[in-house]
Amino acid sequence: MKVSRRDFLSLGAGATIGTALTPLPWKLMDDVSIWTQNWAWTPFPEDGEVTYVTSTCTLCPGGCGIMVRKVNNRAVKIEGLKGHPLNQGGICLLGLSGLQLLYDNKKRIKTPLKRIGKKGEEKFEPISWEQAISEVCDKLSNLRLKGESHTVAGIVSSKFGVLNNLFKRFLTAYGSPNFLTPQSGSDSYSTAMFLMQGVDCNAGFDIENSSFILSFGAGLIEGWGSPVRIFRERTNFNQNGGKLIQIEPRLSNTGAKADKWLPLKPGAETVLALGFAHVIIKESLYKKDFINTYTQGFDKWKQTIIDTYTPSYVSKITGVKEEEIISIAMDFAKSSFPIAICGNGKDRTPESLSHSMAVHSLNGLVGNINRKGGIWTVPLPDYINWQEALIDDIAQNGIKKERIDSAGTKQYIYAKSLLNRLPEVVNLGKNYPINLLFISEDNPIYTLPNTNDVIKAFEKIPFIVNFTSYLDETSVHSDLILPNHTYLERYEDVSTPPYFIKPIISMAKPVISPIFNTKHTGDLIISMAKKLGGKISESFPWDSYNDCLKKTLNDKWQMLEEGGFWVNSTFNPSKAENQFKTASGKFEFLNAAISALSPGDIIKPEGDNSVFPLILIAYDSIRLSSGFIESPPFLIKAVESTILKQNDVVVEINPQTAKNYSLKEGDRIILTTPKGEAKTKVHLFDGIMPDIIALPKGLGHSNKGLNINNLMGQIEDPSSGFNICSGIRAKIAKA
Amino acid sequence: MSEASNHGASKMYGMVIDLDKCTGCGACMVACMAENNVPFKEDESDKLKSITWLRLYKLNNGKPFPDVQICYLPRPCMHCGGEGNHGHSPCVSVCPATATDYDLETGIVSQIYTRCFGCRYCMAACPYHARYFNWWDPVWPEGMERYLNPNVSVRMRGVVEKCSFCYHRYQIAKNNAYNNGSREVLEHEYQTACTQACPAGSITFGDLNNPKHEVYKLKQNKNAFRLLEKLKTNPKVYYISKLEWVRKLGDNYRS
Repeated sequence: MKVSRRDFLSLGAGATIGTALTPLPWKLMDDVSIWTQNWAWTPFPEDGEVTYVTSTCTLCPGGCGIMVRKVNNRAVKIEGLKGHPLNQGGICLLGLSGLQLLYDNKKRIKTPLKRIGKKGEEKFEPISWEQAISEVCDKLSNLRLKGESHTVAGIVSSKFGVLNNLFKRFLTAYGSPNFLTPQSGSDSYSTAMFLMQGVDCNAGFDIENSSFILSFGAGLIEGWGSPVRIFRERTNFNQNGGKLIQIEPRLSNTGAKADKWLPLKPGAETVLALGFAHVIIKESLYKKDFINTYTQGFDKWKQTIIDTYTPSYVSKITGVKEEEIISIAMDFAKSSFPIAICGNGKDRTPESLSHSMAVHSLNGLVGNINRKGGIWTVPLPDYINWQEALIDDIAQNGIKKERIDSAGTKQYIYAKSLLNRLPEVVNLGKNYPINLLFISEDNPIYTLPNTNDVIKAFEKIPFIVNFTSYLDETSVHSDLILPNHTYLERYEDVSTPPYFIKPIISMAKPVISPIFNTKHTGDLIISMAKKLGGKISESFPWDSYNDCLKKTLNDKWQMLEEGGFWVNSTFNPSKAENQFKTASGKFEFLNAAISALSPGDIIKPEGDNSVFPLILIAYDSIRLSSGFIESPPFLIKAVESTILKQNDVVVEINPQTAKNYSLKEGDRIILTTPKGEAKTKVHLFDGIMPDIIALPKGLGHSNKGLNINNLMGQIEDPSSGFNICSGIRAKIAKA
Repeated sequence: MSEASNHGASKMYGMVIDLDKCTGCGACMVACMAENNVPFKEDESDKLKSITWLRLYKLNNGKPFPDVQICYLPRPCMHCGGEGNHGHSPCVSVCPATATDYDLETGIVSQIYTRCFGCRYCMAACPYHARYFNWWDPVWPEGMERYLNPNVSVRMRGVVEKCSFCYHRYQIAKNNAYNNGSREVLEHEYQTACTQACPAGSITFGDLNNPKHEVYKLKQNKNAFRLLEKLKTNPKVYYISKLEWVRKLGDNYRS
């Protein structure tokens, strides 16, 4: 049959019209869409009976009470516990994301692992618990026989609690003085209060009832102290008409919510605080009755302040206008319940002793100590009262040795632990080598500054045993990983969080039974002690961690098990036994110990300013977790694109500074510090001082952004030995 | 919509968000994601693809250093009632599938995923950018589908989704109330996940028509405002700010 051109065209047109009119293709497309939409990859959550379990969040030191909603055996949602003294039903975004840390198949360690590849190569083989424990115990016995028990060290992230004490006890009975914990801002505060008030205590701040907060960089709503409690109290403080002044180089959320943001170069805080003291003394605004009755050394201290820290001098050093110094100091001193606070964002980095003491002397000047709306001396937790560990001769020799970090020696007399010094000491081979390192729930390779040096040090340590739930930067450098239950699968006591004003104990308890082949670190310590035998075994009379916890908490156990917390709600700091315990029995502005400290008013960032004209500072965001816990996916979802844009971290630059480098929003730059370099994207931000640039803490896991510790160094406070680095010199160039 | 039968007795659930209290922490966002099974995409740091029913905006007053000020603004769905509160909200008016509807009993704008066929007219109509489209099926990070909430359907590719004022919580509260022999859902019995989580106490939720509810008083605050009021969408989310520049930004079409 011949098909003419005309036939062909009419057939084509007919087919087109026909196809368009018939419902068949549309119907088929619709059916296919619906069919594929119902494919099994869209999960269908199983329904069932709803129950709630009360527990405590241990993802940060805050210690909030939580309620976990369960459907059958699945944990479905974490909510704040109503009536808990700290969070009163509120909860932060990290606390809300806890289930993502529990149900993380990728990051969680499912069984004991032994390294078979090179360190950091992530090559492990699964082994049995028996093998894991006997490998550790063999190593430990050998070292002990060689008289090298002191070359074993342990890093534990929690500052107090049964697990922390079990670990310390294990090292003592075994024969090592090297029990290390990370330092934070609360350690600086406690040391300052010890020097000035003679009390070994925690500092508590009655934020809610104060009327004026002069904050030297404390990130009150960045995650400082017990975050949810501070959020809540800041609201009440604000509603009661309280005034907040935030002093920091970058406008943080706290600065944004403050009545005034006072930009200040990093490192000049001490001078500014003493400048305020000068004005208060000069204007005679200090509380004379408090100063006359309860203080010592005021006259001598006053003279130095009057002579040196004049507004014109302070203004020259800090760049803050004289009239501003005067007016802020006067507002502070005239307020009824003023508090001066220091801190560095979330407070994970300590301040220099001179800084915390300068700030605390402002509190002394206004006499706002141990009373409503002031600074309280909160007793250290005292519920762990075990008999002393039994010590044999080997252990005796071991614990007599100087600590690897030299904490507590003449040079670092006030430090209990200096984890920040460990990488340097190991790298330089000072004192003695570390042959075996235990790490419990910490990620020092990520959290310590100058990552390259930290890795070098950790590679020098022949055997690292890591008690952790997650595959992180440190566990991939470990030789043996003994997976712990996550906080939702185990018991744990949580004592008074930083800066809370009342002694409190909360308890975390298992919400669901362990989903992987994991063991409680406390149980492992007890079984290791039993296996090592002798006096070490005798020092651990408990069957298990739970047995130990139950016996330790004694009469409080039932209350904690049922209600989740115990609080000493009638605690009153103004009672005599909480007051000053210095030699004079008074608040001491100056004494022999304080005069003996190395002076250090101004902290200069590391680096040559002719090569590195800018200063890079690290800032905290409440939407990122910067410690041991990696930010779960919810946090990455919630974090702003001015912090993280796809895989790029964003650096904040003042538009004026950017102009000097002809940089626009979104430009890519190379950022170099004396410690390293990184590629970042530019964000122009008016809330940062010119010539200062800022990067967030808490990124750089799983190739997301950059760990700022790659670029940071350390600055050792000569008085305490703490690392007080908050910035480093830097240069930038267009990429 | 049987307007006449429910008229007068209806509730009007709404929110008052105190921006002076809001710290921008983002707990509301995460509480919402956890409660409502908000989907995950391959890369959540790519904000063009990310779905957040409640989004926190960072506002600034546009002034240079050091006079710059910042304020955070959480934006859920506004559950617009339209002029006269008859349910003529921008999205409901354009939906060809009746997949989004205005509930005259509660004043809540619903989204029924199985009805939605993905035309996205509602997204174009919504002046608040409160609606999100699922271009792809959700991908939960490995193992994390285990925490999904059975009270909220998991969405599939090809549908629009948005904040529901945690409507499933209203249903549960109503069932409980009926089971207990009461006919009234009390203020504390129905609260959204974001309200419950907010650590600063900045979000208040309740019946805007009920003088006994906190929101009724708060919405009358002299610093209370709604977003884009000039468009007469009649949103049910009020904001409070003592900062004038924030209130001005809230209605940037107003001359």
